[in-house]
Amino acid sequence: MEIDLSQFHSVFFEESFEGLDVMEQELLNLEEDTDLENVNTIFRAAHSIKGGSATFGFTHVAEFTHVMETLLDEMRDGKRAIIREIIDLLLKSVDCLRGMLNKLQDGEEVSNDYVELVNYFNQLLNNNSASSKQVDSGDSTAGNNDMSSQDESQPVFSILFAPENYILQTGNEPIRMFKELRGLGNLSVEADLSKVPSFKDLDPELCFISWELKLESEMEALAVREVFEWVEDDCKLEINSSGGKSVDSEQTNTDDKVNDEQTLKAENNEEVEEFAEPAVSAEPEETPEPVKKLVPIKKEANKAPPKKAATTASIRVGIDKVDTLIDLVGELVITQSMLGELGDNFEMSKVEQLINGLRELEANTRELQESVMRIRMLPIGFVFNRLPRMVRDLSAQLGKKIELDIIGEDTELDKTVMEQIGDPLTHLVRNALDHGVESIEKRLAAGKSETGNVTLNAYHQGGNIIIEIKDDGAGIDPQIIYRKAVEKGLIEDGVDIPKEQIISMIMEPGFSTAEVVSDVSGRGVGMDVVKRNINNLGGSVDISSELGAGTTFTIRLPLTLAILDGQLVRSANEIYVIPLASIVESIPLTSIQVTRIAGNMPVYKNDNEYIPIVDLCDEFEIKHDRQTTNEGLVAIVEGENRKIAIKIDELLGQQQVVIKSLESHYKSLQGVSGATILGDGRVSLILDIVGLSKRSTERMSTRKDRVA
Amino acid sequence: MTKILAVDDSASMRQMVTFTLKSAGFDVTDASDGDEALNIAKSQAFDVVITDVNMPNMDGISLCKELRNLPSFKFTPILMLTTESSAEKKQAGRSAGATGWIVKPFNPDQLLATVNKVVG
Repeated sequence: MEIDLSQFHSVFFEESFEGLDVMEQELLNLEEDTDLENVNTIFRAAHSIKGGSATFGFTHVAEFTHVMETLLDEMRDGKRAIIREIIDLLLKSVDCLRGMLNKLQDGEEVSNDYVELVNYFNQLLNNNSASSKQVDSGDSTAGNNDMSSQDESQPVFSILFAPENYILQTGNEPIRMFKELRGLGNLSVEADLSKVPSFKDLDPELCFISWELKLESEMEALAVREVFEWVEDDCKLEINSSGGKSVDSEQTNTDDKVNDEQTLKAENNEEVEEFAEPAVSAEPEETPEPVKKLVPIKKEANKAPPKKAATTASIRVGIDKVDTLIDLVGELVITQSMLGELGDNFEMSKVEQLINGLRELEANTRELQESVMRIRMLPIGFVFNRLPRMVRDLSAQLGKKIELDIIGEDTELDKTVMEQIGDPLTHLVRNALDHGVESIEKRLAAGKSETGNVTLNAYHQGGNIIIEIKDDGAGIDPQIIYRKAVEKGLIEDGVDIPKEQIISMIMEPGFSTAEVVSDVSGRGVGMDVVKRNINNLGGSVDISSELGAGTTFTIRLPLTLAILDGQLVRSANEIYVIPLASIVESIPLTSIQVTRIAGNMPVYKNDNEYIPIVDLCDEFEIKHDRQTTNEGLVAIVEGENRKIAIKIDELLGQQQVVIKSLESHYKSLQGVSGATILGDGRVSLILDIVGLSKRSTERMSTRKDRVA
Repeated sequence: MTKILAVDDSASMRQMVTFTLKSAGFDVTDASDGDEALNIAKSQAFDVVITDVNMPNMDGISLCKELRNLPSFKFTPILMLTTESSAEKKQAGRSAGATGWIVKPFNPDQLLATVNKVVG
């Protein structure tokens, strides 16, 4: 049978990467707690990768994992102490394997970097068996070829087979073994019934028969013996070849199987393939791809993934989520058939029924949409999991003692958001390690414990996920930032700015140049990039810092990038979507006091704050025939701690809108985060509050300049 | 139709084994560890069981022992998927009541050849 093994490659890669993650995590746990179960888990992961890679023809990976596994086995058996050096080596190996698998996944050749590690393992194991095995695998194919040219005459094997009476209970059935022998040549069987007890004493589950068999076969003596391989320990077996010379006539002992075969080799004076290793012989060393390019069998041909199938991303979904979906689809089908029937015999009296049906349809659709979105929701642990390793390595590198606490790793978030939050998050944690937590001496001098702490915390709040990165380090000194900002010309000296705003300036572009970095203890490296990335995801970052006590970065992200709870508003004849989460309140224009400040900028005075009013008609230059200015209302919206009042003509309904990127269809616009298609087919722009408020402040300042 | 229970915690191996056996016309049920397999085995009989050794929750050796305690699995061929490095595992498997083993890595042909040894 020919089966294309490449169809299983993507699953293999996926589970191998998962296995590597598990190994990494457990190795880190091992440093704190040398629990045997941890070692077992690591062993299993390595073992699975080894089994899979050997089966699917990735010999280099198999070879590498083999030595790893040997070491792990020793650790598991308590023969090898679990020390930091070993854990380091294993972690390095995890990295190396990940690299190898990545290359294989991309269809590239694996470089030979791993050999160094393998050698190191072998050295450590002080055991040449692993390397000699490699040699075996290289030679074995040659051995195979030799085999065919061996036999001159057709030997007759006479076999005496006397199984122990419990043989059937091992699942081994003599008849099946004879059938197999018959496949090797001409077979005659004679049963010896002398030991069978009388019928009333007979236990039907036991076997009392022994057999004498004669087999005419050109096969190797070993091939004949192999038929009995599984029962060697459970029988008396004598195999004699043609001339009556005993090939093998002792009650065999499996422990010495290989030795056994070597004796056999000597006796027969011929080269015999080592059957103990039949598997390795399947693939010669050099080729990372399977040797035989197997042709996929026809009916499955369409299922076989293309060469680079591994690049198609897939996610694992809990069965409960799928079940919910199936239920919902079921309900949808019921509603649909109900509506269908209604449509077939419709009369005006059924309007009520129609409305109910449509309402149900709406509910079904919404639920279905929510459930589908939930499929893409994954626990943030996927991102958090790679951080402990980084903390371990980096803190060792920095000579600091840092402990990482992770809270809320089960908090779910959309896969697309997750993919993009990884780098900013890593950056922030690295920053906390590097510049947040002080050196051991400084900590002790400040009366803190020598081990610093970084805590990651994730939780849901409304339609957002909040991720906090908190360190108990030195904190950020606002004075230094202030001074630097003045130097950089970002602010005027002497201007009174709240502490939070000063600190958040480290995330402004232009603040993060190398020289500033060294002065403000490095904070600011790439911070603007972090901020921009998070903003691009529709999120925000806040910093709070207490000098001497530590710093907390708070990232706020939407749970998903695909759907938004929106408030539809009308301005002139255009309909816009305002993110519902950003709306603070809506007030009729008639009941507010509009004042104008410098530059003729209309503002709305609310308690002690002045909120700039943005008229969408002006902002987007919509033609309108509005006569008076105090008709309509303002929607007070907030983004990144800035409020603006958006002047609109009418509040329409609230609904979930599917966000379409404007950038990919038109171009990126400040103040607009995307577009959506409304129920009636019209395109409506989704307002980006932060962008809008920036636009308005910029305008305000230019006007101010003009006035000045 | 010959019914086979295939047990492996590695999804790729499980798929490979299942797919190969199904392509050869066997009726295959799969399980991802010994626990799951034992639960399945309690409610239906199989003609052959193929199980990995190293698995979480319940490993192949324990599964084998447990299966032999079930009346309908008293004589059922149970094949272990082992690696060459675990000679002692073979021994352990045998004392747990395993019928035989398939040495990893194996290709589909080797798998089918071995399975055919114990069916029919």
